[in-house]
Amino acid sequence: MKAIVNGEHWDLPDGSTVSDVLRRLDAPASGVAVARSGEVVPKAEWPDTPVRDGDEIEVLTAVQGG
Amino acid sequence: MNTDTNEVHLTMPTDEPAPDELVIAGTVFGSRLVMGTGGATNLAILERALRTSGTELTTVAMRRMDATGGTGVLDLLRRLGITLLPNTAGCRTAAEAVLTARLAREALDTDWVKLEVVADDRTLLPDPIELLDAAEQLVDDGFTVLPYTNDDPVLALRLEEAGCAAVMPLGSPIGTGLGIRNPHNIELIVARAGVPVILDAGIGTASDACVAMELGCSAVLLATAVTKATDPALMAAAMRDGVRAGRAARLAGRVPQRFWAQASSPPR
Repeated sequence: MKAIVNGEHWDLPDGSTVSDVLRRLDAPASGVAVARSGEVVPKAEWPDTPVRDGDEIEVLTAVQGG
Repeated sequence: MNTDTNEVHLTMPTDEPAPDELVIAGTVFGSRLVMGTGGATNLAILERALRTSGTELTTVAMRRMDATGGTGVLDLLRRLGITLLPNTAGCRTAAEAVLTARLAREALDTDWVKLEVVADDRTLLPDPIELLDAAEQLVDDGFTVLPYTNDDPVLALRLEEAGCAAVMPLGSPIGTGLGIRNPHNIELIVARAGVPVILDAGIGTASDACVAMELGCSAVLLATAVTKATDPALMAAAMRDGVRAGRAARLAGRVPQRFWAQASSPPR
């Protein structure tokens, strides 16, 4: 299965979830948010939200700015 | 002479003004200087500047996570007890800004947002059409919206009518340090605003921050002027004092400006 994560093409095993993506990114436990194809995926739903073929996943965190 | 020592103590004159707090959407802040975190070369320098500034509200940006990212700035702001104000910097459309605000709410557990929707990279000026659209959507979605806006009194009113918790007109374009290019427009915005007016962008040095407060702004938001100064902590102190001086001057009520001289000593 192919998905785009933060603009990069990823190959993921079938059945992968949003949580799997975050593990691979080594995301910290807090301060992170995920959008799947333009919709926010609430944190509580990460383990049960599948990544679909062709999904665009954005994983954002806070940085210095403004 | 009053012999009641308690009463004497209570009425003792002081040079310190009464507490003068900034209230945004019911939240009270002791400092009228809102800081941004952008531009600091490292977190130690940023920490010194933030501590010295006395700020209680500080912006962060939302960006794609990468291996080198980390959450250092978040840890720092939480350790200093500073309220987070995520922004939507980099967004060009209402749709982008609304999604970024929702992601910030999810990541940072706050429904406050500094709404930025800019038109192009050379000016970074707000796109008023997209800005108002995004503000309306985010207010409907329960956000406390603080829009970065043009120094346009009409747009400022429209944003307030849309339910924004403050309006944040620019003094001049982001990062230019050109100060307040149209002070009369800022005064017009202040004169009609029912929400706090926060001068955002263009501050170059302490006198700019002071002027913003003298014009009647409720607070000043700045980043580059401090973080890119040769000595950021010292400039943070100057900004802190500039904001305080300008606020005091505004409350004190300045003398009218005159064309001709007027003697301050009695005539002979």
